[in-house]
Amino acid sequence: MNAIQNIEQEHLRLDMPQLKSGDTVKVYLRILEGEKERIQIFQGVVLRLHRGTTDATFTVRKVSDGVGVERIFPMHSPYIERVEVVTRGKVRRSRLYYLRNLKGKAARIKPLDQK
Amino acid sequence: MAGAKGILGRKLGMTRIFGDDGTIIPVTVVEAGPCPVLQVKTVENDGYEAIQVGFDPIPDRKANKPNRGHQAKAGVGCHRLLREFRGPVEQELGQALTVDMFAAGDKVKVTGTSKGKGFQGAMKRWNFSGQKATHGSEKIHRVPGSVGHCTYPGKVFKGKKMPGHMGAKASTVLNIEVVEVRPEENILLLKGQVPGPKNGYLTVRKIEGR
Repeated sequence: MNAIQNIEQEHLRLDMPQLKSGDTVKVYLRILEGEKERIQIFQGVVLRLHRGTTDATFTVRKVSDGVGVERIFPMHSPYIERVEVVTRGKVRRSRLYYLRNLKGKAARIKPLDQK
Repeated sequence: MAGAKGILGRKLGMTRIFGDDGTIIPVTVVEAGPCPVLQVKTVENDGYEAIQVGFDPIPDRKANKPNRGHQAKAGVGCHRLLREFRGPVEQELGQALTVDMFAAGDKVKVTGTSKGKGFQGAMKRWNFSGQKATHGSEKIHRVPGSVGHCTYPGKVFKGKKMPGHMGAKASTVLNIEVVEVRPEENILLLKGQVPGPKNGYLTVRKIEGR
């Protein structure tokens, strides 16, 4: 068991910020186009965290041209250049699936009071 | 190590890691070797050439007397699991096989004892379709159905697929890719699944002629 943990430890990224559901984040993604590499930003609300070691993921939802888009990112993927937390959100549950049924003003999340 | 055909190991479990290109690779972690050669079989003595290797060291008192006497000849302690690898012998008595014989990217075949499933019906054991769930089917949903023919041949053929004990028998998977070799920890990372439960014994063999 220990050996497995050692292997997983080597693949973990320790530079990732502590995310929580409701946070608005910018995910800087490395995109390979042929030989060239560029950075693409995916900004949205963290809908859920799937905790774990190398299999940890987080789901980010954004509304693009009126269409909801959700992407699931492996937390420790080398394809993520970095993740930036824009705002911390104040939410009362860990899985924000209710956002899928809300639009416009109703789908906003209050920022966490920094008191 | 030239000439070594394979190695014995133990399945530690599975995890997933990231490849160089960022893809997720499911891997089985196998603790393999070191496997000392306990006996060299020769054509003169045994009629064929092979090496017998051991894995999983145990204290001498835990081996039974015949086994202890047999393994004492190599002078490398007692082992729980003994297996043979046939073929031209290039190793010496007591020399240990290690995971060095493999390299990342190699294809191997892995033999283990599959997980025991107990007494299972024909649907799970042989992938039979069973009967209708509805349309008047009453209490008959998972039975094998007809097993025989008519007056001729008037018997059920031997080997007919029927319910019975499933699993817990030797199973080999071919063309498993070695993802990583860690000689200092005696660890092999194999892509995908291998037969058997955690802590089950495995034989990892090189695929010849490739």
